[in-house]
Amino acid sequence: MMSTKKFMYLNRRAPYGTVYALESLEVVLIAAAFEQDVSLAFIDDGVYQIVEGQNTDGIGMKNFSKTYHALGDYDINQLYVSAESLEERGLSADDLMPLVYEDEDDDWAEKPSVKVVSNAELSKILSEQDVCLSF
Amino acid sequence: MKISIQINEGPYQHQASDSAYQFVKTAIEKGHEIFRVFFYHDGVDNASRFTVPPQDDRHIVNNWAELGIKNADGSDVELVVCVAAALRRGMLDESEAGKNGIDGNNIHPAFRISGLGQLIEAGIQSDRLVVFGD
Repeated sequence: MMSTKKFMYLNRRAPYGTVYALESLEVVLIAAAFEQDVSLAFIDDGVYQIVEGQNTDGIGMKNFSKTYHALGDYDINQLYVSAESLEERGLSADDLMPLVYEDEDDDWAEKPSVKVVSNAELSKILSEQDVCLSF
Repeated sequence: MKISIQINEGPYQHQASDSAYQFVKTAIEKGHEIFRVFFYHDGVDNASRFTVPPQDDRHIVNNWAELGIKNADGSDVELVVCVAAALRRGMLDESEAGKNGIDGNNIHPAFRISGLGQLIEAGIQSDRLVVFGD
């Protein structure tokens, strides 16, 4: 019997340009099978990973942004986005994909997975984690 | 303390593997247990047995593989290479080469290929998971 720990996946880089975002998502999807308490955070250029309307037609890369929509089905529904990182890039919560999950404790009501938080709040959330993987 | 390591960058290009190696050696000297070293991203390139650095330079792969990194109780430190990250970068052991119809393999025998679950398990089982990379 494995214990449950709080796992945080810290996503700091743009979705394309380097492989970190894609390979981070691969870890997250595997992690879902371990029934741990999983959170994701998006800071710096990492916020671009969940921006709505990504189009990779011109760069020959696989557009993997739709995979983030599957996270809710894996009970991964704590996605924190840095408000400061959004603002620095001229983005707002409205620019992000509407990622949702179904809350089994609330008659499977569909609820948003993404929470925009300040860096101060994010710092507190990070301090509460057992394991933090940074990508 | 039981510690696991994640290495995210390749050898020589980046100091992550060197720093992790120094960390692991010192941690063992101080009586800690290294549960597992997990190689991810370009970190998988640290497992190539074809690595040939200049003679006056450190041999990063052999450092990991051959310097007898054992825990205080004599158990081996597990060196695990992520299979998905390895395959897409042309890093194969004999088994994966066979499965994929490739006529060669380059993973040093001190390392073994396995899945990302090994990284998650290391995070669960260890008191600390220390990540080396950018």
